[in-house]
Amino acid sequence: MTALTLAEKILAAHAGLDAVVPGQIVIAAVDVAIAQDGTGPLAIEQIEELGSARLKAPTCVFFIDHAAPAPRSELANAQKTIRAFCASSGATLSDVEMGVCHQRVAESYAKPGDLVIGADSHTCMAGALGAFATGMGSTDVAVGMASGQTWLRVPESFRIEVTGELQDGVEAKDLMLTLIGTLGADGATYKALEFGGPGIDALPMPGRLTLCNMSVEAGAKAGLMPSDDSTRAFLAALDREADWRPLAADPGASYERVVEVDAAAIVPTVSRPHAVDNTAPAAALKGTRVDQVLIGTCTNGRLEDLRAAARLRRGRRRAPHTRLIVTPASQAVARAAAAEGLFDVFWDAGAVVTNPGCGACVGIHEGILGDGEVCLSTANRNFHGRMGNPGAFIYLGSPATAAATAVAGEITDPRELL
Amino acid sequence: MTDEALRGRAWLFGDDISTDHIAPGRLFHLRTDLPQLARHVLEDARPEFAGEMRPGDFVVGGRNFGLGSSREHAPRIIKLAGAGAVLAQSFARIFFRNAINVGLPVLQCDTSGIGEQDELEVDLAGGEVRDLTTGAVIPFVPLPPVMVTILADGGLVAHVKMHGGFDLPEG
Ligand code: SF4
Repeated sequence: MTALTLAEKILAAHAGLDAVVPGQIVIAAVDVAIAQDGTGPLAIEQIEELGSARLKAPTCVFFIDHAAPAPRSELANAQKTIRAFCASSGATLSDVEMGVCHQRVAESYAKPGDLVIGADSHTCMAGALGAFATGMGSTDVAVGMASGQTWLRVPESFRIEVTGELQDGVEAKDLMLTLIGTLGADGATYKALEFGGPGIDALPMPGRLTLCNMSVEAGAKAGLMPSDDSTRAFLAALDREADWRPLAADPGASYERVVEVDAAAIVPTVSRPHAVDNTAPAAALKGTRVDQVLIGTCTNGRLEDLRAAARLRRGRRRAPHTRLIVTPASQAVARAAAAEGLFDVFWDAGAVVTNPGCGACVGIHEGILGDGEVCLSTANRNFHGRMGNPGAFIYLGSPATAAATAVAGEITDPRELL
Repeated sequence: MTDEALRGRAWLFGDDISTDHIAPGRLFHLRTDLPQLARHVLEDARPEFAGEMRPGDFVVGGRNFGLGSSREHAPRIIKLAGAGAVLAQSFARIFFRNAINVGLPVLQCDTSGIGEQDELEVDLAGGEVRDLTTGAVIPFVPLPPVMVTILADGGLVAHVKMHGGFDLPEG
């Protein structure tokens, strides 16, 4: 038996093969195919062009999350198209109140061992459940939904071997920004990042989701985690324990590269404008005045992220010149956060709490930046123009760094406020 | 794939041109109106490009062209604006795949010697770019066979319709 990486194992199973090798082209059966309100209308057009009577992929979901609820009529019309298509095709609709696609996929749709494709680049987040999940364009996803299949080149894998445990005030986000700084924004193009080691065994699901979410920021096709007891606990808490099965790479599987990361040595890290790999320790950026802080997005809008932020905010207000926007990743997150009283903490601190969704992340609404303004965001991208204004500057950091920054009004290492 | 040589001027864009440069989120509402969106193509990288480029001109990038979002609107509007091809040292994965699916030639080659507004000729079948201004001949990395098939069939949807499913070479 050939020893397989996680990516090879899942792709072989979906291609009906015993084994696959990097570079091989496979036609694979799709379990979950998704699109959102930005990519969905084009996917629907392509499905109609294909003339398919019914969708063959077992789970097809359209999410209205990027502009939810619609801030202008063109978008309201695009959303009407999506609702009508879901009603006629039998695809599942996740409407404006439900939250960001990737969070919803993790909560409700992806299972260990699945092949997930999505017309959104951060589809790779579902890799945290032990799935092979990758972002594609509308046309690829349309074909995947309609035919139930997709073609894939089996990627070479990088093994990211994590030892040690993160220190207090340091989060999975800091580890991932550090790793991307090391690999570079194109350092893993076409590769699968397979995370493992004692540091990953000790890392609960929310952090794993953050790591897999940002794999694409190093160019990777997928980020993958083993499916273990943490995965099981995550699914069990969602009443989905039946969806769990264990999954791991074979001992002796071969990797193109092994990158060792000592989690205990990671410090709060920030990406500077306008590239995710342009990283620096948060402490080194002290004095950088910030006009807006965004806590949320598919990267860091989970309950644990909001808790980490609230921990630093309790009894403290935002700096007068720093707006604070909190956007939970999903309705389930919002409901739990409200029940725990976290929203009260944020409101008392002077925050705006918005509807769950993508919010200000992609520059459509709910927090577009002004000319020359500086934002520190917990999102995954800080590209030029990302938050709706090419004249603005975006820094990326963890929820704890974001909360500390909102209090101080300048970029701040959260450990200063612990 | 067309056998005709493509000809046009080079517009240089540098490294790390993201899909936010090509089709920014602030124009999200134009995604269902691609001809309108195409008027803003690459606006956040070079504001004058959309207005001044002529059909057949080339977008010439450096490393990691097209990084970021999966929005297929990005290669679609580069094509719709009339660009003949995108040339770059390297491409981000999703952009590259999307470009082939929608029939936009994306050529990986050494773009470092190409000058702004150089007159270029691209020979898709012959596998080379000729810089008529400098006289340089630049080979490009051949597309993988699977992508040659999709491009030759007129894009992915046409391929699937033509064959009743996938019919791709294994390499
Ligand atoms: S939250 Fe941001 S990164 Fe995540 S899916 Fe939405 S727009 Fe994309």
